[in-house]
Amino acid sequence: MFKIIHAQFLAPGIKRFVIEAPRIARKQRPGQFVILRIYEEGERIPVTIENSDPEKGTFNIVVQSAGKTTHLLNSLETGDWILDVVGPLGKPSEIANYGTVVVVGGGVGTAMAYPTAAALKAAGNRVISIVGARNKELVILESELRAVSDALMITTDDGSYADKGFVTDKLRQLIENGTRIDLVIAVGPIVMMKAVSEMTRKEHIHTVVSLNPIMIDGTGMCGGCRVMIDGKSEFACVDGPEFDGHKVDFSVLVQRNAMYRDAEQRSLAEYRHARQHPETCPSSGARQGGQQ
Amino acid sequence: MSPAAKSQNPLSPRDRIQVPRQAMPEQAPEVRAHNFEEVNLGYSAELARQEALRCLECAKPTCMDNCPVGVDVKEFVRRIVIGDFLGAAAKIRQDNVLPAVTGRVCPQEDQCEGKCLLSKKVKPLGIGYLERFVADYEQRMGTHAVPKAEPTGKKVAVVGSGPSGLTVAGDLIQKGHKVRVFEALHEIGGVLVYGIPEFRLPKQIVREQIDYMREMGVEFETDVVVGRTVTIDELMEEEGYDAVYIGTGAGLPQFMNIPGEHLNGVYSANEFLTRINLMKAYKFPVYDEPMLDLRGKHVAVIGGGNTALDAIRSALRLGAKKAYVIYRRSDAEMPARAEEVHHARKEGIDFHMLTAPVEFLADGNGWLTGARCVRMELGEPDASGRRRPMPMQGSEFDLPLSVAVIAIGTRANPIVQSTTPGLGTNKRGYIQASETTQRTTRKGVFAGGDIVTGSATVILAMGAGRRAAKSIHEYLSTGQW
Repeated sequence: MFKIIHAQFLAPGIKRFVIEAPRIARKQRPGQFVILRIYEEGERIPVTIENSDPEKGTFNIVVQSAGKTTHLLNSLETGDWILDVVGPLGKPSEIANYGTVVVVGGGVGTAMAYPTAAALKAAGNRVISIVGARNKELVILESELRAVSDALMITTDDGSYADKGFVTDKLRQLIENGTRIDLVIAVGPIVMMKAVSEMTRKEHIHTVVSLNPIMIDGTGMCGGCRVMIDGKSEFACVDGPEFDGHKVDFSVLVQRNAMYRDAEQRSLAEYRHARQHPETCPSSGARQGGQQ
Repeated sequence: MSPAAKSQNPLSPRDRIQVPRQAMPEQAPEVRAHNFEEVNLGYSAELARQEALRCLECAKPTCMDNCPVGVDVKEFVRRIVIGDFLGAAAKIRQDNVLPAVTGRVCPQEDQCEGKCLLSKKVKPLGIGYLERFVADYEQRMGTHAVPKAEPTGKKVAVVGSGPSGLTVAGDLIQKGHKVRVFEALHEIGGVLVYGIPEFRLPKQIVREQIDYMREMGVEFETDVVVGRTVTIDELMEEEGYDAVYIGTGAGLPQFMNIPGEHLNGVYSANEFLTRINLMKAYKFPVYDEPMLDLRGKHVAVIGGGNTALDAIRSALRLGAKKAYVIYRRSDAEMPARAEEVHHARKEGIDFHMLTAPVEFLADGNGWLTGARCVRMELGEPDASGRRRPMPMQGSEFDLPLSVAVIAIGTRANPIVQSTTPGLGTNKRGYIQASETTQRTTRKGVFAGGDIVTGSATVILAMGAGRRAAKSIHEYLSTGQW
């Protein structure tokens, strides 16, 4: 059982949790993730760690509501419990002084890009951060990222905040302006990471992406998270989650992540129904984690 | 005094041979193929005593020769003959901390029963069935003794709660050492809970064995991936463990490296079985973890081991219309337990022997539609001593499939090795450990089970656990490495 020390919405549907787990807090490095299971009948889902505080024995995750489990997670409050949290899993980001690094965060991926940006800054890099969100409300961690970036650029799809457009527009500008870029790190939706990788491939700029396939155990045992890297199967949980963006077969990732779409939609619909009509379905959906 | 004089068996050896081997009561194949209840129902006390009477009580029994944990078969069977079932269970427990498990999943035909003298003339003694009976009897009576030993003040960390880790824990706690078992998953039991299905090993049985260990004082901590959450060095230097046993198990599933393995509908056996056994995906949507709906589908497993049969028999129970085993060698080379093969055939599993897939076929959206297979013939023996399967020219055929499960073995999981400096590994990445003491190249660190040998059986992992426990106890007692 893992206690939620603090829970707070950062944006509509995006919530940050501070979770007590001294072992994880102590070992976590940027780029790593945890797998959690909220309650006994729950599924195991991977969630990237945003940050941790070894002194306090806590770590943070930022979760966007998407399916049933993330909706349920985001309904939890300060003082609630999560049944299982295991980690930190995956290889940490490779932190070194590369020169100039562009860190691209898309949507909730910004929360995962942030610790890597901070670590790269601390390692002496010039860090240019590009953050993209659908609209103004969904721009998260702006001040945090600004504090660790030499420059911060923000785009919104609808132009409701900063510049209208996509993160790739900003990246293209940097390239066209002749900015020397030694490394690009992109974390966010698959389409975004793919678009960034395609753009940098032509420029021969080394690009690292963080992949989010379906996982169960997170230790290499199940092989469900296999991704195609340079034509070969690798396991995102032990060989990744970060890979060379120019070697990733993104279409396989999209295809495999759609494997349970029907079941996921059914789960979410039943969850929403149960939330709206708790009297008709007391045993499912409206459950809370842990001791609730 | 000869053993025969002590015998309380009323039958003469000649009469014993006349008693037929008592059949294991089981669910009818057409019924069990549609449920996850246990296939074998277990002996009654009457059947057990009848079967036990068949034991020839050899002066020099050979049945324990092949037992990796050295169970005293003759003595426990003798106790069944006189009706002392609890005494029989206690006798087994001296050597085997998981009798209800091994009574169900051991390949007895290659071990105790394979060496039984009766098998020279008639069917061997049902040693596995008898072991299972007394373990279940003891559990039903709820009167098992909980041994308590004088505390030694020494602490042992066990990494992995599968059969080898549990054996180490069970043996060392009885020596008075403090034992804590770390498990990566959220449930204790390792392959016993994520791998072996309910119909072959009910999870309740595993839980009871683990509860018994808790009563003996073993501590368990779930959600700890040693190597990630905490390292071996941290356990020893900061958390004060005097010795560590690594029993992390089989590791990463192997794929065949043929086209189409990334298609939707292609699973590793580990993932397929984990979704079913650990995550209860077949109870979706009561449980949240999903799996592909197998009802009315054609499903194949590739491989001929116990894991392959567990997977395909699970698929059948989940409503598969056609359930195939695709195995590249012949019946004789199949590594699965004989009883499982027999059960699977009775349930209607279709065996494609001497066949191997060369490619998985897809629709336009990345979903599996079938496997292109090739027929094989057996050539000269290979490194494993089995005849090498060779593809037959022009024998390709397509098998329509919605789901394919790959069960061709595993390779070493690197997490512990890569985070433990000085821990020696072999060419294939498995941990180097002495075959007699299970000592690794690191002082105070022992290893056993699949992470040392590669994929093997529950009982071989338990055997390694036994040797390790003895050796850890020696090390803790003498301090000598």
